[in-house]
This record gives sequence, structure tokens and C-alpha cells, in this order.
Amino acid sequence: MNSITFLVLTSLLKILAVVFLVILPMVSYAVYAERRVSALIQDRLGPNRVGPAGLFQPIADAMKFLLKEDYTPAHVNTFYYWLAPCLAMVPAITTIAVVPFGSTLFGVPMVIADINVGVLYVFAIASLGVYGIVIAGWSSNSKYPFLGGVRSSSQMISYELSLGLAVIPIFLLVGKLRLTEIVQYQVNHGWMILPFAGEWTNPARWLLTIPMWISFAVFAIAIFAETNRLPFDLPEAETELVGGYHTEYGSMKFALFFLGEYAAMITGSAIIVTLFLGGWHFPGIPDGSHGWIFGLINIFVFFAKIAALLFVFIWVRFTLPRFRYDQLMRLGWVFFFEIALVNIFVVAGILTFSPNLK
Amino acid sequence: MAITVPRPKLTWSERFYLPQIIGGMAITLKHFKNMLLGRTKVTMQYPEQKWDAQMPDYYRGAPALVKDESGRVRCVACQLCEFICPPRAIKIAPAEIPTQDRFAKVEKYPREFDIDMIRCIYCGMCEEVCPEQAIFLRKDYAITGLDRAEMVHNKEKLLELGGVMHGVVLKWNEKK
Repeated sequence: MNSITFLVLTSLLKILAVVFLVILPMVSYAVYAERRVSALIQDRLGPNRVGPAGLFQPIADAMKFLLKEDYTPAHVNTFYYWLAPCLAMVPAITTIAVVPFGSTLFGVPMVIADINVGVLYVFAIASLGVYGIVIAGWSSNSKYPFLGGVRSSSQMISYELSLGLAVIPIFLLVGKLRLTEIVQYQVNHGWMILPFAGEWTNPARWLLTIPMWISFAVFAIAIFAETNRLPFDLPEAETELVGGYHTEYGSMKFALFFLGEYAAMITGSAIIVTLFLGGWHFPGIPDGSHGWIFGLINIFVFFAKIAALLFVFIWVRFTLPRFRYDQLMRLGWVFFFEIALVNIFVVAGILTFSPNLK
Repeated sequence: MAITVPRPKLTWSERFYLPQIIGGMAITLKHFKNMLLGRTKVTMQYPEQKWDAQMPDYYRGAPALVKDESGRVRCVACQLCEFICPPRAIKIAPAEIPTQDRFAKVEKYPREFDIDMIRCIYCGMCEEVCPEQAIFLRKDYAITGLDRAEMVHNKEKLLELGGVMHGVVLKWNEKK
């Protein structure tokens, strides 16, 4: 077998495994987890009827969505109305292509596309997600979805800036955009916000964690805003916009928006894990070149970190009230933008005066 | 006259917002933890657990016809319940009791007695108006059916729900 066929075959295998065996089940169980965790936070029990502890609830939900009548209202722009749910789902899943979800397994690197513009690709594709919402809001030809779409686009613009600026300190430090190399850097030198591996005795490394934590906070909050999660879920604010951009949608088309939101949450968490939390690395566990069992453990560690972050997403959603729209804009433009900007200079200063960090 | 509501003075940590967020998240996490450990009291799990044992005697469930100790259907088909019923859920077809019967002096009995449980509002007027202590609101509350016909309780169903009522006045028995 020549190298090209091998590459194509392994890539196909990785795509199928990641999308159908990991991401989609994770999305449906994220919905289940959301319902159960929110219930527990609010002193309720949540869905516990279908199967043991309600574990088959996602299957029942999927059946319900698939069997419902796929209704298209008469007043919508049909083409864009049908296009929008796909546009909400596709970018969220496409982003996962460049994220290294493990070290190596049988010598095959556990990343679907190891491209050298990794993070730029992530930002480019992730911001396409707003088109799904804007087109849904516009094509529905109705007041509330329209307001939701408009809000979504302005929110996306405001937070994309701080999202981009917050990761620049990492590239100042690593010098590469390729996500696998960012993870490898963290394996060698310690995680960005918790440098317990590598040269953790170096005081400059710990000094650097202060701006890294600020970066992490800004980036995580911007990811919350990007994925339209509370406290930034203005585009679908139920109390003011009925259902927001998906008011006019039903059955599987609504489900696609719903799944798109959760897929975006998962890819957002994957990016946070890769950039700040050491990717698949866990202190003391070697990478996949030391045996396939370690390769599997690396993959498991990566998804466990994502699951922990998803819990934080849900936890925050059921703790914080929604921001008012002007507060949201003020937060984005007046605070996070400046904080991220200053943070870059702080990191640059630290790097200039402590040359042993590279 | 307009009243100026004084704004609360916020401390530095309240204005900074992040400590407050963390405080709020600690509260929700405490609720989450208490639920996981089973320390929080939650709602009754209805189909498995029921409140039936604690139901008071005056509970107004589904109306039902009762028999007395001697096994006589107490209804004499006077149709007062049919007339009083606010949603007109009751329909009675009276018939004459044959002369050789022990209770021939009662003269009438219900040949058919239907209560449409879709219409019934569980008001208890039928029980109140009944001069014969024949219809009672029992404790059945989960009245279900797959179609409208199934939701109409006929005489057999009503007697089955009602059963035998003890301690009622037996005014039609022979004089001792």
C-alpha cells in the first residue's frame, strides 16, 4: 500500500470514527447531560424514564424529531429556510478536523488534518456558524427570528475580536499556528495555564501563567458568546424573542439548530483544551509512541477534558442570568477587547526580559 | 409623586463582577452536590409512588354507583342527578321493576346509567342531590381511555367502581 492510499484510508477512518462515534453521540448526550445537570442544580430530577436513569432519552428525542411532520411555513424564503439549519451544523463539525484529539495510535497521528494554519482555519470556519443563524432569522420572514439574527451577527463581530486577540499570547510563546505543535509545546513545557509538566520549576513560567489565565478567561468567555450560550444567548432569548432565530422552525430542522449549538460547544471546548489545557496530555502519561494503550488513554484524556468543560458550560448556563444587550456590547468592546490587547503586550514584555522561556 | 429609589452602594468586589459570579456558581454547585448525594427532598415519583393512602375521605374522584349489603343497586332512577349535573354528563334510562321482585314497591330501576367522564367535572352535585345514597364520588382519579366511547362509564363500570357501601340507610327493606 503506498503512502497516499494509506493517508486517504486512515483519514476516512478517522473522520468516520470522530464524527459518528464520538462527536454525534457526545452532542446527543450533551443534551441529556444539560437536562439532567440543570435539573439537579434546580433540585429536580430531570429525564429519568427512558432506559436506566433516562440514558436512552437522546434516542427517544431523535426518534421524535425524525417522525415529526417537516413543516415549511408559507411565508418563508424556502431556499434559505432550508439552507440555514445545514449552515448551523456544518461549521461546528468541520472545525474539529484540525484539532488533535490524541497523540498517535499505531503510528497514525490522531488528527484529521494537520495543517499549518490550524488556528486560522478554526476561526475562519467557526465564524461561518453565524451565517446559519442570520440566514435563519432573515429567511423566516418574521419579526422575532429577524431580531435574533441581527443580534447574533453583532454579537459575533464583537466577540470574534477578543477571541482572536486572546490567543495571540500563545503564538508569541509557541511561534507556530499548527495545533499539534501547540500541544507538543505544552507537553514539553507544561500546560499554558497550569505548567506542571516540563520545566515547572522555572519561576518565569509561573509568571507567564498570569497573563495566560487572563487570556484563558477572555477566550472562554468569548467562546460562550460565540456559541450563543447563556449568559450571552441574546439571539434566542426566550423571554424577549419567543424562540429567537429558530422560532419558525420545527421537527428535524429545529433539531439541526439545536445539535449545531451543542456541536459548537464541543468544538469550542476542544479548542480551549488544545490551546490552554494541554490537549491530550496528562502529567505522567506518555504519548502513543510508547504503546497503543497510551494512545487510547491520550484520546480518552482529551475527551474527558472536553466533558469537564461541557459541564462548566451547563453549570454557567444555570447560574447566570442573561446580560442586557448594551451590557453585552459594553463587555465585548470596552472590557475584553482592551484586556486582550494589553495582555499581548504583557506577554511580549515577559518574553523579552526572560529569554530562557523558549 | 415620583419616588427616587436609592441605588445600593456596591462594594469593589461586587462591581468587579467576577467574585459574584464565582459565588453564584458555588451556590448552584452546592445544590447539584446535595442532589447527587440525595440530601434534597424531591417531588413524588408519581406512577411508582402514590398519595392514595393519605387521601381524605371527602376526596372527590370519579362518581360511582353503590350496592348495599344485601346486593341491591341503590339507584331508583329518579333522575335527579341527571337534572342537576352541570355539564350534563349523566344519562339514565329508567325501567320498571317486575311485580314479583322483592323490591317491587321501589317501582323503578336504571336500565342504563351512563356517565360521560369526558364531561364530568367532579363537582359532587350528583352525590349531594341523591335521595337514595346511591351515587358517591370515590377516590379514583386516573380515568383514562383510548377513545371517547371508552370514557363513558356504563352501569357495570359504575357498579364495579362503587362496590358495596356499608352503613347507609336501608329504607326499602321490609319492616321487621
